[in-house]
Amino acid sequence: MVRIVARRLPVGAFVMWGAVTLIFLIVRWAPGDPATLLIGSDASPAEIAGLRESLGLNEPLWSQYLHYLGQVLTGDFGNSYRLDQPAMAVVLGRLPATLELTVAATVIAVLAGLTLGTIAGGRADRVADRLVSAITLGFQSFPTFWVGIMLILLLALTFQALPSAGSGTAAHLVMPAVTLALPFVAIVARLTRSSVAESMRELYVQTARSKGLTEPQVLVGHVLRNSLIPVVTVVALQFGALLGGAVVVENVFAWPGLGSLVVNAVANRDYAVVQAATLLIAGVIVVLNLVADLAYSALDPRIRLAGRP
Amino acid sequence: MTLLDVRGLSVLLPSASGAAVPVVDEVSFAVHSGSVTGLIGESGSGKTMTAMAVIGLLPEGASCSGELWWAGEDLLAADPARRRRARGREIAMIFQDPLAALNPSQTIGRQVGEILRRDGLPRARVRERVLAALERVGVPDPARRIGQYPHQFSGGLRQRAMIALALAGEPRLLLADEPTTALDVTVQARVLDLLRRLRAETGQAMLFVSHDLRVIAHVADEVVVMYAGRVAERGPVRQVFRAPHHPYTRALVESVPAVRAKSVPAEPLPGAPASPLARPAGCAFHPRCPLARDRCRRERPEVRALAPGRHTACHFAEELAAGARP
Repeated sequence: MVRIVARRLPVGAFVMWGAVTLIFLIVRWAPGDPATLLIGSDASPAEIAGLRESLGLNEPLWSQYLHYLGQVLTGDFGNSYRLDQPAMAVVLGRLPATLELTVAATVIAVLAGLTLGTIAGGRADRVADRLVSAITLGFQSFPTFWVGIMLILLLALTFQALPSAGSGTAAHLVMPAVTLALPFVAIVARLTRSSVAESMRELYVQTARSKGLTEPQVLVGHVLRNSLIPVVTVVALQFGALLGGAVVVENVFAWPGLGSLVVNAVANRDYAVVQAATLLIAGVIVVLNLVADLAYSALDPRIRLAGRP
Repeated sequence: MTLLDVRGLSVLLPSASGAAVPVVDEVSFAVHSGSVTGLIGESGSGKTMTAMAVIGLLPEGASCSGELWWAGEDLLAADPARRRRARGREIAMIFQDPLAALNPSQTIGRQVGEILRRDGLPRARVRERVLAALERVGVPDPARRIGQYPHQFSGGLRQRAMIALALAGEPRLLLADEPTTALDVTVQARVLDLLRRLRAETGQAMLFVSHDLRVIAHVADEVVVMYAGRVAERGPVRQVFRAPHHPYTRALVESVPAVRAKSVPAEPLPGAPASPLARPAGCAFHPRCPLARDRCRRERPEVRALAPGRHTACHFAEELAAGARP
């Protein structure tokens, strides 16, 4: 385990440096001027020029970049132009709500997706397989904003069972988490289905049956674990994508997450916030990939014990 | 005492074209307690499917008819739950390729003990029994090996672990499907000796499937020779191989150099095995048979008793028995 971590660390550092550099260049090459947006379009050119000077935007790009890298290495991620607070503090302020939503959606997706996928892939019953295919196709094709609005109409307005917007309680979490989870359920279910169906053709499944196990015992005891590696990969990737990519759901349910923060920061050319958020998400993705790697070796002893007699 | 009595067993498998293919056709034989019945034939002769039908693990879509008498009960007529309970505890199976047949992500100990755990034996007792089972099949240092995974075992040890797995539930009948074919020759001999020793020491009854006549001659008491899904000949193994009553058996014996006298060179069997998809009319063996004549092309021979305990499906078995050579 220590070996895997040590091997992965330099790669992770490189990935994060790449993410920082790319986003630094992209936000600056994109049209639009933070000073103008900050001060308002009725300001005089002299005022705008003064603000640009004080924000350091008149420096050459490479000098700004080196300055920024130096700052990042000392743990200073710059200030938000708009909020006049440390950018990382702004981003971290949104992280708990985002993590809450993403973790809830991932838990739903893994539980529902594994169950549906295992039933379908085990082919205990072909009707179940078709039904699961139909359900997952639906989950994948409904647009997120539509599902969100339908849930609000049904559960918040008609039955008044759940609050329609905001965050803070478990009741607030249900609808956004479910909405975010549906396409994720579909991905996990389809992947699990094909992976389980493949494992079912392995000979050790016959051995398990020859021991007099029931089909569910064969599936859960022997097939599932050997089918999980591709699922772990996709769950890790998808979790990272949801961290900053839940903008639509956050907007529909007025959820104070990272996605809407980043979209606003991009619109306002609030460079420091965009960069801090990108760095944080890249960091989480690097850690998740490491966790996935560790999970592979936990799942498959042939990976874990590679190189040992 | 007859342990398993197979009567008129037929297995139909679905094919790509949709038509059902008869891979096992009206096969009858018996396995007696404390003895080993060998099932021999070329690939495609239906010997493995026969074993799979006995344990009830035919591929999806297969249909099965006939009778499988097991301790006064017809297993083919039994409900699926009864058939499942018989697996592992009453009838167990050893597969050809132990690496593929063992779960790569579970320890050997866990897999060998699974039948016992299924039946609710306490953990400590399961461990004891697993250690004893591994010891019995000759896995060295079982206390260490019990926590290892299949890929950490050599081929021969894997097959020993597979045998321990099958024996863990103390089955009355052990099905062995080519248990030595995937192993190195030297390892083969040791695994065969192990199976012979198990039979000698505990009277373990076995149905032993192999394409290798020498292996069958080594371990079996009775032999069933199968050709194109049907029984060609069956009887006590020594008598059958010494004086075959079916030209196919004779061809098999003559194709093995070591079994024959040194002076006569081995004669390979001409032609290819009959495919179950296109089985010849009449006697399925007639296109390759040196004794074939008109009747063989028209009329399908039934299995009949030629002498006490000796059954053959050849129209002209008497000629063969009298020593006629083409």
